[in-house]
Amino acid sequence: MPELWSLYIWPLLVILMHIGIIVGAVLFGVAYLTYFERKVLGAMQRRQGPMTVGPFGLLQPIADGVKLLSKETIIPSQANRPVFLLAPILMFILALIAWAVIPVDYRMVLADINVGILYLFAVSSMGVYGVIMAGWASNSRYAFLGGLRSASQMVSYEVSMGLIIVCVLVCVGSLNLTDIVMAPRPVWVQVMLFPMFIVFLVSILAETNRAPFDLPEGESELSGGFMVEYSAMTFALFFLGEYANMILMSAIAVVLFLGGWLPPFGMEFLGFVPGFVWFVVKTCAILFFFLWARATFPRYRYDQLMRLGWKVFLPLTLLWVLVMSGSLIMTGALPQ
Amino acid sequence: MDSLARSFLLPEIVKGMTLTLKYFFRPKVTINYPNEKGPISPRFRGEHALRRYPNGEERCIACKLCEAICPALAITIEAEPREDGSRRTTRYDIDMTKCIYCGLCQEACPVDAIVEGPNFEFAAETREELYYNKDKLLANGDRWEAQIASNLEAEAPYR
Repeated sequence: MPELWSLYIWPLLVILMHIGIIVGAVLFGVAYLTYFERKVLGAMQRRQGPMTVGPFGLLQPIADGVKLLSKETIIPSQANRPVFLLAPILMFILALIAWAVIPVDYRMVLADINVGILYLFAVSSMGVYGVIMAGWASNSRYAFLGGLRSASQMVSYEVSMGLIIVCVLVCVGSLNLTDIVMAPRPVWVQVMLFPMFIVFLVSILAETNRAPFDLPEGESELSGGFMVEYSAMTFALFFLGEYANMILMSAIAVVLFLGGWLPPFGMEFLGFVPGFVWFVVKTCAILFFFLWARATFPRYRYDQLMRLGWKVFLPLTLLWVLVMSGSLIMTGALPQ
Repeated sequence: MDSLARSFLLPEIVKGMTLTLKYFFRPKVTINYPNEKGPISPRFRGEHALRRYPNGEERCIACKLCEAICPALAITIEAEPREDGSRRTTRYDIDMTKCIYCGLCQEACPVDAIVEGPNFEFAAETREELYYNKDKLLANGDRWEAQIASNLEAEAPYR
């Protein structure tokens, strides 16, 4: 019996504890991301943002959460009940399970698997199902249109995101996220990857349905898009899912391009700061870019969005894969 | 060449984002309202008040000029002589839901009895609470007298 304990139950408990820590940290991050967003948007519009609940409005996310929990969940009578309820749950779960492979620090990762980046890509692609299910099951025209838009948008930008990831992978030669961070990158490789980093930033804006690509929500013309029929806890799950996805995408960008938990710009003397602090700081920087873009740009028109995805990003990233791998072969720097 | 550089270096986007970043560090123009309040002019026309003389005697002599001039017909006055023979109001009502805060009543008043004070936070939950009677107006006068008096003094040269 002690074998059963030491081989199965104890590791299981450890894993459950890790999952609990990750989920708790992500939910905390989501809560304060909403606060951060309102503060940043406020500052850029020269407002104060939330100030009433707690010192500097710091308890505002908690008040929002309590409000959402105490409201009534309305299910439209024409809606397809199981699918309608499944959609937000799916969105939320998908936004959480992707965190299993994100390395927050050296060896600080739940599942250090060798197909990490593929797993991430697969999970983030699944998110579109939640949106389509929500749009269809609501049985509402606005929701349906929002769902369609979101589906085509996420699928379009996934193509170029995939190619950008290929660009990074040919420099690194591994699908393991820890290896991607640890792989040595000469300066010229980093310079060559920089345009891809910009394209990746724009793509993750589109992928997470954030401004200026927030057409699926489209308050002005679709009055909330695929979430229009959702209320209270179901809405909160969508909301949490969306923000958790933002954090996740930022974390992926940090892992792929910004060197994960390593000190920025290779400054070794900053190595005394624990790695996950760097990771969090870098993720916050990318999240700030999300909010910054939201405060700056008006919403894209739908055909512009599609044109950018298919006619600009796709050829550009395809070309860059070619250029990248070609120059790697030429200099003999292609990892074996 | 120019348009190519334009489409790859994204100057408009950089410009727009620098602008928002600049605004990010500018001082805020909003105030934290219930805790801090914006400045109010001495001419501010807020909640009405009936004032008293320093000896406690009410100023209003029931001349009914305010009632006559009120464009919204918000003021209702009834008056009769008091025991000591002086002319005083028995009833002085202002319907705050009718009032348009034009300030004509305080301009019409020959003894500075009815004034519009600096208070603008008198929202109520029922309509009845906004039908002010004489007691309420006199209480307002007592409550805001210091500020009303200094405002009137500041405005005196211009009246």
